[in-house]
Amino acid sequence: MSKDIRVRKGLDLKLKGEAEKQLVEAPAPKVFAIKPPDFHAMVPKMILKEGAVVKAGEPIFYSKYDEKVKFVSPVSGTLTEIVRGAKRRIMEVRITPNGTSDALKHDVGSLNSLKGEEVKALLLESGCWPFIVQRPYSIMASSEDTPKSIFVSVYTTAPLSGDADFIVSQKMEAFQAGITALSKLTPGKVHVGVGKNSSINSLNDAVIHKVKGPHPAGNVGVQIHKLDPINMGERVWTVNAEDVATIGNFFLNGTFQAERTVALTGTDAEESKRKYYKTTIGAQVNSIIGTVDLDKTRIISGDVLTGDKLSNDQFINYFHNTLTLIPEGNDYALLGWLPFTRNNVPSNAGTSFAKLFGGKKKVDTNLNGEERALVVTGEMEEVMPMDVYPMQLIKACMAGDIEKMENLGIYEVAPEDFALIDFTNTSKLEAQEIIRNGLDLMITEVG
Amino acid sequence: MKWLRSKLDQARKPFEPGAKFEKYAPAINAFDTFLFTPNHVTKKGAHIRDVVDLKRTMITVVLALVPALLFGMWNTGAQYLYQEMGLASVLDVPFMDAFIEGAILTLPLIIVSYVVGLTIEFIFAIYRGHEVNEGYLVTGLLIPMIFPVDIPLWMLALSVAFAVLIGKEAFGGTGMNILNPALTARAFAFFAYPLYMSGNAVWVHQGDTDAVSGETILGSLASGQFDGTVDGAAANSVAFSGPAPAESSVLSGIDSMDMFMGYIPGSVAETSALMILIGAIILIATKVGSWRIILGGILGGLAMGAIFNFFGNMGSEFITGLVDSGKITMDQVYNDAAAVAELNLSGWDATLMELGTNQLINFPFWQHLLVGSILFGVVFMATDPVSAAQTFKGKWIYGILIGFFGIMIRIFNPAYPEGIMLAILLMNVFAPTIDHYVIQANVNKRKKRAKKAQVNLQTA
Repeated sequence: MSKDIRVRKGLDLKLKGEAEKQLVEAPAPKVFAIKPPDFHAMVPKMILKEGAVVKAGEPIFYSKYDEKVKFVSPVSGTLTEIVRGAKRRIMEVRITPNGTSDALKHDVGSLNSLKGEEVKALLLESGCWPFIVQRPYSIMASSEDTPKSIFVSVYTTAPLSGDADFIVSQKMEAFQAGITALSKLTPGKVHVGVGKNSSINSLNDAVIHKVKGPHPAGNVGVQIHKLDPINMGERVWTVNAEDVATIGNFFLNGTFQAERTVALTGTDAEESKRKYYKTTIGAQVNSIIGTVDLDKTRIISGDVLTGDKLSNDQFINYFHNTLTLIPEGNDYALLGWLPFTRNNVPSNAGTSFAKLFGGKKKVDTNLNGEERALVVTGEMEEVMPMDVYPMQLIKACMAGDIEKMENLGIYEVAPEDFALIDFTNTSKLEAQEIIRNGLDLMITEVG
Repeated sequence: MKWLRSKLDQARKPFEPGAKFEKYAPAINAFDTFLFTPNHVTKKGAHIRDVVDLKRTMITVVLALVPALLFGMWNTGAQYLYQEMGLASVLDVPFMDAFIEGAILTLPLIIVSYVVGLTIEFIFAIYRGHEVNEGYLVTGLLIPMIFPVDIPLWMLALSVAFAVLIGKEAFGGTGMNILNPALTARAFAFFAYPLYMSGNAVWVHQGDTDAVSGETILGSLASGQFDGTVDGAAANSVAFSGPAPAESSVLSGIDSMDMFMGYIPGSVAETSALMILIGAIILIATKVGSWRIILGGILGGLAMGAIFNFFGNMGSEFITGLVDSGKITMDQVYNDAAAVAELNLSGWDATLMELGTNQLINFPFWQHLLVGSILFGVVFMATDPVSAAQTFKGKWIYGILIGFFGIMIRIFNPAYPEGIMLAILLMNVFAPTIDHYVIQANVNKRKKRAKKAQVNLQTA
């Protein structure tokens, strides 16, 4: 029986620069890269060396602490460069495509007759496993675990974000196959959260939940919290909607098809180019947007609340299906602190008439003030729909008080759930970073 | 704007890292960021930020205080001139005369408060190497607003210094203090210089004469001098029908509209309920002040006032019974202690007698909100987010208890006929405890759920 979810707290930011719901083919990138830092807390061990020739779906590195998990090439070509950062940490594994569609084929048999263990083995071998994210900690799932349930959100509420429902509606057969495959990995249920007007009305092997409410209602963390909250020691897995379809495609065809639909959004993207692009995982951003002046424009892989800042020659995050271009706000505002001025900036606070004047706002990256001590209370709770005390949890994370963090529900949250707190809080605190550090501490101390 | 900006950039150079005056950077930063919101950009997600910052928040509170402050200036001048000139009503004082007189009296208080407070804040910012926090913008204005107008400036300066040094910086600065800094200043002055902070001589500017009586309504009620004319009629048939006090009170004939509008003596800006309510609306609409605390405080105050009214009525009925049965006359009830003692009342009867004669208990519960500083305290002091409870549920409990204790202390404290300052300071101390139990309830819920999940797992 489905249980619908209604979220009351939160905030829908109405921003200019949405992508038109039209799917077009993106120009083929000249270089692709898989970036190990996209998989938080994963340490890569290279299988191939620079210069190696790879097929699409062929493993290029594996996880040092979970050796069964392999990461595969999204295209066929040559492994041209391993880019390393501080302490020789691998930042990017770059692959130059050779233009062929030479792909590694697996024998998958019939999905319906596969058992859970067989599905798991195939996912690990095929390179599909890294799509599975575990809660708590919001990191790649361990191949040793069995989750109590699996959650997929097809409801997008993040501002200027690629609409998961639109993306999935283009590949329903694969999505269904992916859901069936995932359902074999858990003794519990696969929960799919959809919006009110979703194209998904029925699914086999999953429970559909209609979700209603402002952002972050579309966040899978909020849906987990409402339906099947995580307790200490429990594991819940989540998979992005399009990645479910990629998993499904693998079980339908036996090959890893690294298709990725990317919505180009934001006011600094040309209006005629703000569409959905069919490209490949690990695509270089300039294949879609060309070169931009980074002093004036910020390139964000992902949405404006949680995405990563990129430069022109970098690559879209493994999990993202949005590319956002917004103006850099590196300018001064004369007496910008005067209440009821600068109503062009979106605001949840009442010190601006932004809400009254309504309409979609053009946003930039200005911090709109300076960092200060935590003074104002109640503003975090307003945009946090979970039954946790966000300010207290943030303080516990800052203090590194593990017991307090556990008590206050650290297992139930991920940095993305605190994105709106980043946005709204007066003291310009980096809540997502603090929560990420808190989660990392839990990983090392509790495991 | 570009010209100003480039001048500022030039002026900043000696304060930049590595330069000669690097240590004093917080001072120039404070000045710079006052003129311009800086060009700081976000480093990562969230890449966009709300337009609100601490400066905006604090200036909003200052804005909310302005109506009460302007009215306070007028009222301070008007109260003084009305008695000096021997007019029939406060409203007969020419408006501008009153306002200018009031401004001359109150501006020195505001200037001293800001100069002393901000100097200490700047010194601490430079000493600690952090930015100057905007919290004092509000505190600096609140302090003169809650002091009697005739407080000597050096006492005000000492109170400010105490509040900022001991009340705030000793705890680590803005955001860390336990007590409301403005109330800390008032509490310091109240206990250090009681003669200047309470009694009937301090609330109206004395000028050159000593003849002015600046009794507040609460003061009159507490000393049993109120002549009973509220709203032109006796508000409580027994308690207020007693004989008129021997000394003539300046409060004769004040009606509740006067109290609401604030044409009454009191601290500089606490008298006008109307202006405070305008401030409350600004605070609530801008989400700067917690409506939960404000509403909680008002409801708590009303409830406690009503409880006392209930017992007061019981006392009044008891006295009426005594008078009707001829055991004592009404005059004796109020003025002849020996006659009362002769009745040889004991236990509950004695309590009823006391309840019936305490004018503050019999004061109509809703009028408690119009006199004294309860409304000002609840709207501008209790809502201080740093010293208040931080959770939503906690804010309700905190607000209600402030109203409750505020009225309770007002009625029972013989030393000082107002309780809101002590009630807020008391609840400041208890706010972390309230939050602790609210949060503990959430923690227990989570633990219980985890335990249940464990049992399910084992039985599965």
